[in-house]
Amino acid sequence: MSSPILQLTDVKTHFPLTQGFLFRRSAGTVKAVDGVSLSVQRGEVLGLVGESGCGKSTLARTIMQLVPTTAGTVWLEGKNLTAGNTADVRDVRRDLQMVFQDPYASLNPRMTVFDTLAEPLRVHGVCPADRIPARVAELMQLVGLAPRFMQKYPHEFSGGQRQRIAIARALALEPKVIVADEPVSALDVSIQAQILNLLAQLVRKMNLSLIFIAHDLSVVKHISDRVAVMYLGKIVELGPAADVIERPAHPYTRALVSAIPVPDPAVERTRQRIVLAGDPPSPINPPAGCAFHPRCPSAVAKCRAAVPALAPAGAGREAACVRLGEI
Amino acid sequence: MPLLTVTDLRTSFHTRSGVYRAVDGVSFSVERGETLGIVGESGSGKSVTCYSIMGLIPQPPGRIESGTALFDGVDLLHCSPAESRAIRGKRVAMIFQDPMTSLNPYMRVSEQLIEPLLIHEKISKADALKRGLAVLESVGINDAARRIHLYPHEFSGGMRQRVMIAMALITKPELLIADEPTTALDVTVQAQILELIKKMQRELGMAVVFITHDLGVVSGLCDRVQVMYAGRIVETADTRTLFHAPRHPYTRALQRSIPALQSKGAELYTIRGLPPDLSKPLPGCAFAARCEYAVDRCTAAPAVLAEAAPGHRHACARAHAGEL
Repeated sequence: MSSPILQLTDVKTHFPLTQGFLFRRSAGTVKAVDGVSLSVQRGEVLGLVGESGCGKSTLARTIMQLVPTTAGTVWLEGKNLTAGNTADVRDVRRDLQMVFQDPYASLNPRMTVFDTLAEPLRVHGVCPADRIPARVAELMQLVGLAPRFMQKYPHEFSGGQRQRIAIARALALEPKVIVADEPVSALDVSIQAQILNLLAQLVRKMNLSLIFIAHDLSVVKHISDRVAVMYLGKIVELGPAADVIERPAHPYTRALVSAIPVPDPAVERTRQRIVLAGDPPSPINPPAGCAFHPRCPSAVAKCRAAVPALAPAGAGREAACVRLGEI
Repeated sequence: MPLLTVTDLRTSFHTRSGVYRAVDGVSFSVERGETLGIVGESGSGKSVTCYSIMGLIPQPPGRIESGTALFDGVDLLHCSPAESRAIRGKRVAMIFQDPMTSLNPYMRVSEQLIEPLLIHEKISKADALKRGLAVLESVGINDAARRIHLYPHEFSGGMRQRVMIAMALITKPELLIADEPTTALDVTVQAQILELIKKMQRELGMAVVFITHDLGVVSGLCDRVQVMYAGRIVETADTRTLFHAPRHPYTRALQRSIPALQSKGAELYTIRGLPPDLSKPLPGCAFAARCEYAVDRCTAAPAVLAEAAPGHRHACARAHAGEL
């Protein structure tokens, strides 16, 4: 197997909490990402799923170095992004780009499409000034927008079109890896399908690696090669997308899959559903042992004892559950 | 006689850039104890329909141009404010999408929870609190006796939605209007809330109008579904028929765009184009511009919602003519 383009080893991102105004004192830490190891191959789509608060967006921001890592290393093609060398990170930005969830908030409302797309080209000096308009037109065509809209402002576009602009901006520097944080969650079903098709097509055409974050498992299953399931800052299951979603090994993944309503009344009304009790616990004070055990239908005494590590669970699959063989 | 009968409801918004016909001639009815799902994409008019019935449309810029909404013989759109107050919040209750913004952050949960009781019933505060506690327990809030005195920010999103549901159900309404109550929640919490709504409906025997854009949610919850597009109802049928034998091209297209129903890796089916601009006149079928089966007469003659089979109505002229 070729060496992965992006590799994370035991990455931790913790946020300190303070109390008081004049006499600030520490009130614990939020362990948003707590020991994540992952690798992404060239041309691979890795889906990252989990409920809100599980740390998937913080992980995305950590990979992008938008928040500092507390411990662990992020490698991009052999370059260490977490070594503290900001010049290195700036160079690497060209290869690592991000698409955000809300296309209404992530585009500057006072910049035209042309300004938005030309900015990265100018900042990184990758394109001679007289070639910029042609390159912007090319980028717009790449994401399915007509170049004649170049001088329009974001408010003149629909949500789906704005997300296309955001994708074009991410592609401007011909990156190797794109991190997309819930890129279709804010869009209607029919528009969502258009954006998913576009992303899948770009991945194929440009041999991109894509980290695709979502909470909708059916969307993730469709686009991803592999999927990682996160719970409270840790990866609890990892493996080929179809396997993990059709035959989940970890009890949390099972519950997550079972919670998705099936758009077929005959199936939906007869199937057995696992309804989890309660909400995800707080990452400030996570439960001892396996963080999922208070909500887990198959938890036993040993689940409380130690934090389970990711262990092999079949072909190319890993899961972090001490009762893997038993349940 | 149905519990609620809406006839030819038209609601528009008068803005500087034109008149937007958000709801454009919608008629439907809800029977006692029934669950009706209203499905559509953003801007299809599903929320505005229910806001109009509840009298929650800000006027101006909104204006209810025509229509009636008969609830047990009283026209909610034309009755006196006193009559409407006696029904809204007591016999018809509503829950909203975002439990973060629809609870008052300055009021303790106990105060806002019993407010509808104090307004609508002759009841002492102590008795109201007792009822509040009971309903909070019935929606699955543990340790309700202590938590009833907390503020909304001390609850999680799912718990807040439970508080909202408790607040809506405390007067034992005959009709509950739920406007995307699970859209802002995680799937595992969504599953809990859907189970809760089903349970409360069984216990109280109330009718539910459930607005959503998620066909999956509808399939497990609703008896009947109506699909809205550009302010109009394009198809309505019982849930089984709508999922297994949809007739309108928009319903079919919507179903085909769900990633779960498509094979992995293949190109996803998409509906080309965008929904129409509601400030421009739409003489024909609103979906014609995006419809793969559209012919000339689709854009010329108005689309009429007509019966195709008992209980199954749709607005596609070509499907009615047997051409599709």
